[in-house]
Amino acid sequence: MGTEVIIEGLTKSFGKQNIWEDVTLTLPAGEVSVMLGPSGTGKTVFLKSLVGLLRPERGRVLVDGVDMVNSPVKDVFEARKKFGLMFQDGALFGSMTLFDNIAFPLREHTKKKESEIRKIVMERMEMVGLGNADRKLPGEISGGMRKRAGLARALVLDPQIILCDEPDSGLDPVRTSYLSQLLIDLNAQIDATMLIVTHNLEIANTVPDNMGMLFRRRLVTFGPRELLLTSTEPVVAQFLSGSRAGPIGMAEEKDAATIAMETRNGLTAIRPDQIRAVAPQLEPTPGLPPRMAVLRRKKRVMSMLNQMPDAARRAVEENLLPSGGQWQ
Amino acid sequence: MTAPSVKAPRRPLPGLGLLRQTGDMFLLALSVLKLMFKRPFQVREFIEQFWFIASVTILPACLVAIPFGAVIALQVGSLTEQFGAQSFTGGASVLAVLQQASPLIVALLVSGVAGSAICADLGSRKIREELDAMEVMGVSPVQRLIVPRVLATVLVAVLLNGLVSVVGTVGGYFFNVVLQEGTPGAYVSSFNSLAQLPDIYVSELKAIIFGFVAGIVAAHRGLNPSGGPKGVGDAVNQSVVISFTLLFGINLIMTAIYLQIVPPKGG
Repeated sequence: MGTEVIIEGLTKSFGKQNIWEDVTLTLPAGEVSVMLGPSGTGKTVFLKSLVGLLRPERGRVLVDGVDMVNSPVKDVFEARKKFGLMFQDGALFGSMTLFDNIAFPLREHTKKKESEIRKIVMERMEMVGLGNADRKLPGEISGGMRKRAGLARALVLDPQIILCDEPDSGLDPVRTSYLSQLLIDLNAQIDATMLIVTHNLEIANTVPDNMGMLFRRRLVTFGPRELLLTSTEPVVAQFLSGSRAGPIGMAEEKDAATIAMETRNGLTAIRPDQIRAVAPQLEPTPGLPPRMAVLRRKKRVMSMLNQMPDAARRAVEENLLPSGGQWQ
Repeated sequence: MTAPSVKAPRRPLPGLGLLRQTGDMFLLALSVLKLMFKRPFQVREFIEQFWFIASVTILPACLVAIPFGAVIALQVGSLTEQFGAQSFTGGASVLAVLQQASPLIVALLVSGVAGSAICADLGSRKIREELDAMEVMGVSPVQRLIVPRVLATVLVAVLLNGLVSVVGTVGGYFFNVVLQEGTPGAYVSSFNSLAQLPDIYVSELKAIIFGFVAGIVAAHRGLNPSGGPKGVGDAVNQSVVISFTLLFGINLIMTAIYLQIVPPKGG
């Protein structure tokens, strides 16, 4: 089972520029979470802070009792073995073949025989659909393939926590759907805690159990998917509908004059009745084990049901209760 | 909750950046020294790097050493002739080659050729996030990549120093004997009258230190490129300039100390 990641009061600045501050949330064990946010809101910085690649000024990231921000370097290195991070463009080693790239963590951290390594690596490469590209160098393949190879490398040590940095960027919509399905299937197979950073709406709508959103240097909200997908919070609603109407502008935020002008031109923010129905979440491919996270999440979400707004509660009831028809 | 973004901007002290970089570099050197003894040692990476550095430095080293040895021999030959001390030409020029020319040629090559290659390689890996990926996988880039590179640079520097000394001395001999009509026997036998074993020791000690410093400076600049491909180019540039300056300074200090503590043989 995956490991819970507790993030408390995390604040990160570069020089005088504050990226985000006081981010507090908990990634529930074994569940899939998505962090949304317009470009340039520090989503990648957030991911890197979780594994200790960047050092936030304040706050803690607790993984199995190790604080990835303040613990001694030795403990952090040890704790990192629990993580698998899929970088935005794969971050493969340019001088190694795909096979050697994916075998790298195994060769570094295990004493497995070469034949065992071969078996595991080929299995992972099949999983991400790179079955016969093992002899290729990263420079010889497409960006999408590099990404998938990066994912395979992140998976090879059976991590308890998988972080994906924009798995969709540079992929066509069909491949993005395949990747979404792959992520859900993975979760069903290894029950790892997953955090996906993205601004892809399809992934946001269909993949996660929980969603969060970063905007204007803070965490706007984090909670079960139903809560965000039905949210009337202007930023969240605007982002999830991909509309120009709302507080998000071309340069991160709009000023009052722009909003006034847009309103005159008939561009108005989304009203609560325009919120779309919550799309059903992806199910693992038939034949795979059911996701263990679903049951745990149901229990958790039910216990917070009475604090949710009406729309979210209705969506939860529709999706999680047997009478809704979605529950199997 | 106070927002750090509204804190009054503080003027950084002048020279603070320089101090910080220097401190960083020393920290890197310390951790390289510490991780050198940590297992598993990256034998393969070490051999690959050693082979690479050796293959790019041997030929230019020889090509520089021959004329360098020659000009020293010619200059010393012409000077000693004016004093009527031709019999010391060989000893004087071999000392100059061994103690100054050879380590300085090594310094030029390890920082200019090996250092720039190491810096560019590490820098491009850094901006491609390869080093970050390595760290996320719980592998220290310092242990995995930098320790073998620094050790390879040190070993190449030591061996190269021997090679350059020999080639320089032979070049000096050739020019003195053939062009200035020096006596072959006197040239060789005068080695013993001025030069002594500690001269070789200090020459090799210089090579070890030059190799280490050039490796550390190249690695440090390569690990901290200032964003993007242009940053890597700048880092390579800085790496060469910084290590040149440092190595020439170190050479001055080591020479001065050596001359103070080791009694000259001729006196």
